[in-house]
Amino acid sequence: MMLDRTQRDLTPAWKMGRDPVTGNGGDRQQDKARRFRDAALPCLDDVYTLARYLLRDSGDAEDAVQECYLRALRHFDTFRGPEIKPWLFAILRNVCRSEFARRSGALHYDASLDGLADNDEDTAPLWQEPQASPETEIVQQRDAATIRRLIADLPQPFREASVLREINDLSYREIADVVGVPLGTVMSRLARARSLLRQAWVAEEGTPR
Amino acid sequence: MNCSEAEILLHALLDGELDAGNAREVEVHVENCARCAPQLRAYRGLRQAMPIAQLHFAAPASLRRRIEQAFPAPRPRATTRRSMLRGFVMGAAVSTAMAASLVVAVFRTDQEQRVLGDVVSAHVRSLQAEHLTDVRTSDQHTVKPWFNGKVDIAPPVVDLTAKGFMLLGGRLDYIDGQNVPSIVYRRRTHVINLFVMQGAAAEACEPRLQTVLGFNIQCWTANGLELFAISDINAQELREFAEKFEAALRPANET
Repeated sequence: MMLDRTQRDLTPAWKMGRDPVTGNGGDRQQDKARRFRDAALPCLDDVYTLARYLLRDSGDAEDAVQECYLRALRHFDTFRGPEIKPWLFAILRNVCRSEFARRSGALHYDASLDGLADNDEDTAPLWQEPQASPETEIVQQRDAATIRRLIADLPQPFREASVLREINDLSYREIADVVGVPLGTVMSRLARARSLLRQAWVAEEGTPR
Repeated sequence: MNCSEAEILLHALLDGELDAGNAREVEVHVENCARCAPQLRAYRGLRQAMPIAQLHFAAPASLRRRIEQAFPAPRPRATTRRSMLRGFVMGAAVSTAMAASLVVAVFRTDQEQRVLGDVVSAHVRSLQAEHLTDVRTSDQHTVKPWFNGKVDIAPPVVDLTAKGFMLLGGRLDYIDGQNVPSIVYRRRTHVINLFVMQGAAAEACEPRLQTVLGFNIQCWTANGLELFAISDINAQELREFAEKFEAALRPANET
C-alpha cells in the first residue's frame, strides 16, 4: 500500500531544520497544518464523493472523511507529491477498511473478496460481454440519481475502480497505487465495471438485450 | 490481438491510456472485428450518456466546518521583512530580468541571504536565452570531467533520467565570490539548477526548503559539500529530486 510505504520513510536531513517559512521551530506544527489545509481542503468534495460511493451512507461517509483528514494531517510529513488527491484516497480507503468494514454490512473490504476477484480475473474469458446491438449501442440518457444508484449497486472492487476513473478522473497508474493492485488488474476491473454498468443501465430502460 | 484482449484494451483506448503503437493495434483490430466494433461504439455512447459532473457529491458544510476546526487557528502575523518579501512573491508576475536586479538589491543583509540571492540570480540568468548549459550532454561521465580545472571541487554528477529528472548538462557560475559548478536537470518543462559549493559561505545555510521570489530552493549537505537545488517546480517535487539525488549518490560512494 502507498500509505504503508510512505510511513516507513525516514525523515530526510533537510526536514530536520527550522520551519521553512517562519524560521521558528515553535511554529512548525502550525505551519504544517496551514500547508496541509491549503493542499488538502480543495479535495474535500472529491474525497467525500469517493466515501459516499464506497460506503453508500452519508453519515458513515462524513465520519470516514473526517478521520481521513485527521490521519492525513498526522502523516503529512510523509507525503511525497506530486498529487495529493490519490494520497488522500489511499488513506480514505484504509480508513474504510479498518474502521467501517464491520459497521457497514454492505462493504466487502475483506481480503478474501479482493483475492477472489483477482483470481476470477486471471481466468479468461472474464465474463460474457453483452452483445451490442443497434438498440443498445446508444443508451438512453438517465437522470443523475438513477446513475448514482446503478454505480452504487456495482460490487465493491468494480465500484471503486469505476468511481476513481469516471468520477474522480484518476489515471490507471494512480488507481493502481490507491487500490494497491497491478495495472492489469485495474484494466480488467474497469472493463468489468463498465460491462456491468452497461447491463444494469440497459436493464433499467426495460429494453432487454 | 484477439477479442478477449481487445475487450479490455478498448477501455484503455477510450481512456487515452495507450501509447501510439498499442492504440493503433487496438484500432486495427476493432475496425476489422464485427464483434468488437459495436462494443467500442457502445462504450463511447455510455461515456457520453454519463452526466459526470452531476455524479459528484458536495461535502456537507457541517463536515467542512468540523475538519477546518480540527486545524489550529492561524496566528496573526507580525509584519517582518520576510513576510513583506512573501507578499512581494505573491505578486508573481515579475519579469525575470526585474527579478534578477531586485535580488541583488534586496538580499544583502547576511551571508545566507547573500548566497541565496546569488543562487536565485544565477538560476534566473541561466533561464535567459542561450545560457543554460556550458557543456550540454545527458552523459554524466562527460559532465563531471568537464569541471576539472574550472572549479576547486569535484561535483557529484548523477543521471536521474530514469527517475524522472533528465540530466541536461553542466554550467559554470559565480556565487558569493567563488566559481561554482551547476548541474542542470529538467523535469517536464521545468529547469532545476543544482549548485555545488563548499566552505564557510555554504555552511551559512541550514538544511531546509525555502521559497525566494517564487522559486523553491532546497539546500542540504552531502560528502562535505553544500548542495542547492533551485527550480520553479513545486516543493514536493523538489524534495523528491533531492531525495533521488541523494539516493543515487550513495552506492557510488560505497564502491
